Order: sequence, then C-alpha cells, then structure tokens
Amino acid sequence: MEKLFQKISFSSATLVFIILLGIFITLFDAARPAINEFGLHFIVDPAWNKEVPITTPQADSIKKVSDSSEVVNPDDYSDDDGMIMEDEDDTPTKTIYGGLVPLVGTIFSTLIALAFAMPIAMGIAIFLAEIAPKNISSFVGGAIELLAAIPSIIFGMWGLYYFAPIVADLFGGFQVSLLTAGLVLGVMILPFMAAITRDSMNTTPDILKESAYALGATKFEVIKDVIFPYSKVGIIGSIILSLGRALGETMAVAFLIGSIFELPHKITDPTISIPVALANNFGEASGLGMSSLFYLALILFVMSFAVISFAKFFFLRKAD
Amino acid sequence: MLVMNIEKFSFTYPGAEAPSLKNITLPIEKNKITSLIGPSGCGKSTLLRSMNRIHDLYPGNTYDGKINLLNETTGEYDNILAIKKENDFIQLRQKVGMIFQKPTPFPMSIFDNVAYGLKIDGIKNKSELSDRVEAALKGSALWNEVSDRLGKSAMGLSGGQQQRLCIARAVAVKPEVLLFDEPTSALDPISTAAIEELIVELRNDISIAIVTHNMQQASRISDYTAFMYLGDLIEFDKTENIFLNPKEQQTEDYITGRFG
Repeated sequence: MEKLFQKISFSSATLVFIILLGIFITLFDAARPAINEFGLHFIVDPAWNKEVPITTPQADSIKKVSDSSEVVNPDDYSDDDGMIMEDEDDTPTKTIYGGLVPLVGTIFSTLIALAFAMPIAMGIAIFLAEIAPKNISSFVGGAIELLAAIPSIIFGMWGLYYFAPIVADLFGGFQVSLLTAGLVLGVMILPFMAAITRDSMNTTPDILKESAYALGATKFEVIKDVIFPYSKVGIIGSIILSLGRALGETMAVAFLIGSIFELPHKITDPTISIPVALANNFGEASGLGMSSLFYLALILFVMSFAVISFAKFFFLRKAD
Repeated sequence: MLVMNIEKFSFTYPGAEAPSLKNITLPIEKNKITSLIGPSGCGKSTLLRSMNRIHDLYPGNTYDGKINLLNETTGEYDNILAIKKENDFIQLRQKVGMIFQKPTPFPMSIFDNVAYGLKIDGIKNKSELSDRVEAALKGSALWNEVSDRLGKSAMGLSGGQQQRLCIARAVAVKPEVLLFDEPTSALDPISTAAIEELIVELRNDISIAIVTHNMQQASRISDYTAFMYLGDLIEFDKTENIFLNPKEQQTEDYITGRFG
C-alpha cells in the first residue's frame, strides 16, 4: 500500500516533466521545416507571408528583399494577388516568413504593461500592507483578487470600446495600437502583481518594523529602508511572474493590438504579437506558413519558460 | 532622581474587556537598571511597550493615568501619554530606545545599521557619522569583532553579535532611556553573559528598564525590581530586598519557584 501510494504520487510528479518535454518536442518538430528554411534569420526578418522571386535562393537574397521593408498587409491582399501573378510571369516565387514583427509586438506590449503596472502595483501593495486599516485592507484586497479573476476577453472588450478611444484622444494615433494593448495588459497584470507584492511585504516581521520605529523612523522611512529591502526578492519575483503572464496573453491583446504584420514606428501604431498571430492565422495556415507559426510558438515557449524559470530559481526560492 | 515616573497607569488593548494593566505606579530611577519580572501574561512587556508608545503602531489602545518622562533640558516632567503628533512620537522614541526579544538587524550593512538612527535624524556629515558609529560599536563591545567588515551585511553576524549590534544602533542616537524586552531570550549563555555585562556598563550613561523571564538575570544585573502579576504591580523595591526579603507572599512564591 505504502509502495503503491509512493509510486502513484511519483508518477504524477513525473507527468509534469513529460508534458513539458512533450510540448517542446512537438513544437520543435512542427517548426522544423521553418527552422531549416529560415534559421535564426527568422527572428530579425520583418516580412511575413511575402512572395519573393527565387532567382538565387540563398540567405543573401532573402535578406535583401526583407530589408526593403515592403510588408504584406492583409487589407491589400488583392493587390498582392496581382503582384504575385506578375511575378509568376517573370520568375518563379516562394513565400517567406519572418518573426520580427510579432516578436517586437510581444516584447514592447509587455514592456509597456510592466512600466504601467509596476508603480501602481507597488502603490497598492504599500497601501494594503502598511497604510490601510485592517478592514479596508481586506476589502480592497478582496476587490483586487476579483479583478484578477475577470476573464481576459472582457478586458479586451472593455479596452476596445471604452479604453481605446481615450488612449487615442490622449496620445493621438490609432485606437488599436501597441500602446492600447500594453496599457490594458498592464491593467490585467496589475492585481496579480499587487497581490504578490503585498504578500511578500507582509512577510516582514513586525519586530523588525518596530525596531525601526523605535529608532524614530517615520512610516515612509520604515517602508523604504526596512520593508522594501526585506521583501525585495519577492517583489522582483512578482514582477517577473507578471511578465511571464503578459508575454502569453492572447485574447485581450487580439482585440487591441490591431493584428497587422507591420513594424510599429511609434508606440501608437498597430502591430501584432506572437499569441495573436497564432490565434488569427492558425486556422488557414498550411505548409511552410503553418511551420512558421510553430516556430513563433516555440520562440514564445522558450521566452516564457526562460522568464519563469529565471524567477523561480533566482528569486522565489530565496523568498521562502 | 527619577527619569520616568509611571502614575496610576492603566492600559487596555483594543477590543479587550478588561484592562491588561491596572493602576500601575512605578518609578524608574535615573542611571539605574530596573527589571520587570513576573509570569507570562502578567503585563510586563505591555508596560514596557507603553513607555515609548510603540503600542501606538497598532491603533485602538486605551491609556489611563500618566507616564512622566524627565525632560533633560528643562528638568521638568512631560506626560508621554499626551503625545498625539507624529513628530513628537519620533522625538519620544529617540529619547526612549528599545531592544527586542530577537535580534533585529536591518537588511543592510553593519555600518548602515548603526548609522540608521542618525541618518533619519538628519545627520549627513560623513566623518560625524563614522565617529558616532565607531563610538557606538565600541560602547557595545562589538568594535573589535566587526571593525574590518563594516561594509558587510549585518545578517552574517552571529545571534549574540546581532543583538549587540541592535544595542549599538539604539545607543548611537544617545537615548536617555533604553527599554530591553527579554533581550537574551533567543541567545546562548555566553552571548547572554556578554549582553548582561554590556547592559551594566550602559547604566553609566543611560537609564534602563528590562523585562526578563530569567530571575537570576534580574538579580544579577538590576538595581530595582518590580514583580507583576495579572496586570497588577505586586511589589517594587531594591533588587536585594525583592529577592532576599520580599514583603508580599505572591512575590516570595514566584521567586522561590512555587509558581510561574
């Protein structure tokens, strides 16, 4: 009985690693045609679903074409069709795929989200952990946990119909843009970040805070000099975990980022992120296009995995 | 001469029906060591924590009576229970320092720990800071052990060293009174002996009140002893009288180990 129980619990734990490894292998296998075709150049190539002539099918020529930054826009699809026909008259063509646009969109929307959420989350956490009376603290804390429970599609709808016009009014540019997506993403990770930061600030022993007060410190000085340094590790961990969440968010961003394969020149330009590219194009993709989507998915997987394991091994472990 | 004079002091925690301290009257002599002894829950820590109003970090306490603190400049006594403004609390806590049950080094270097109270008091001059840090560490018998690693984290010190660091940190701001709340309860006997020796030396400059569970400690180091039981001050006298010739039956029962 004892042995059996041990085996069952051991195999449950092993299952996690098998799933993790399985996902990685599946992604890698499906992405292999694209990896063989484009290599690491995929990461810096802004062209997606672009027809190029295959006069000299070498890396140099692909690079040349991609540098011309002529990008296919879904809206202009009919024009492209015409172009392809023309091209086909002259030389045989092939379609190339590059991951730079969604990669840039993912990284920048995440960075905007972090820049927006971090100061507010710290403010909320400080208020809840140190300033608010107990009953208010637990009430607001509960509200924040509810905010974290709202499905992301609702954030997307709210963002599109209410928030996007405000952002466009304030900053100019398009309603759907990197900035709008980043800000709504920020609102989404805010409760998560605030809650973890509050929890790690609450681990500061009362006696340590009292020692600072007993030296004549003010509340602000106690927060700055004792609580922050003491809970630093947990706070950094909360930021990195939120970053991991923002990287993979799909639905809300799909509503707000504009979903076009175009490099943004300003933060108010529309673009696309990796999860949105996957969600929008997976249905119709085939062949090399499908494989390139898997390549994107693999990049996202490795990024999120790296971020989360970095947080786990360097920060959260020490916080215990 | 008295540095503090507690008069008919009662204290009730928020939400509690009965007061935790009832009508306490206790003098704290200047440049002497006064120890508070009694079984767990007798209110000795509560009384100590009233003497720098550290209780007020948690709102809702009810005070009654007076705790008078000698004002060194005017020679008069101020009732610290009348304090309401944050600035006055800060001044009170600079005059009445506190050492806790466990060492509480801040997560910063040894130097910064000792300099902390000075820095928040507005002292910025580097040489003055290092002079006063050195003096405080020497006064706490820690200088020889840490002078070569002042920039290192205070977390790397042993428990006994950390507690002496906390004493140095409190001494650096030159308080008039230091409150010790069972300062050796988390330490081994050798570290305890070092702390006791240090407390006796500090008496020359600072008046001391110490809460202890350890009756031998009270009899070894203190000049006066107060025995408390269930929120009442049962007996207060010179330490030798309390331990050799107690007037109250309860005091005698406690110090002879019949209860507690």
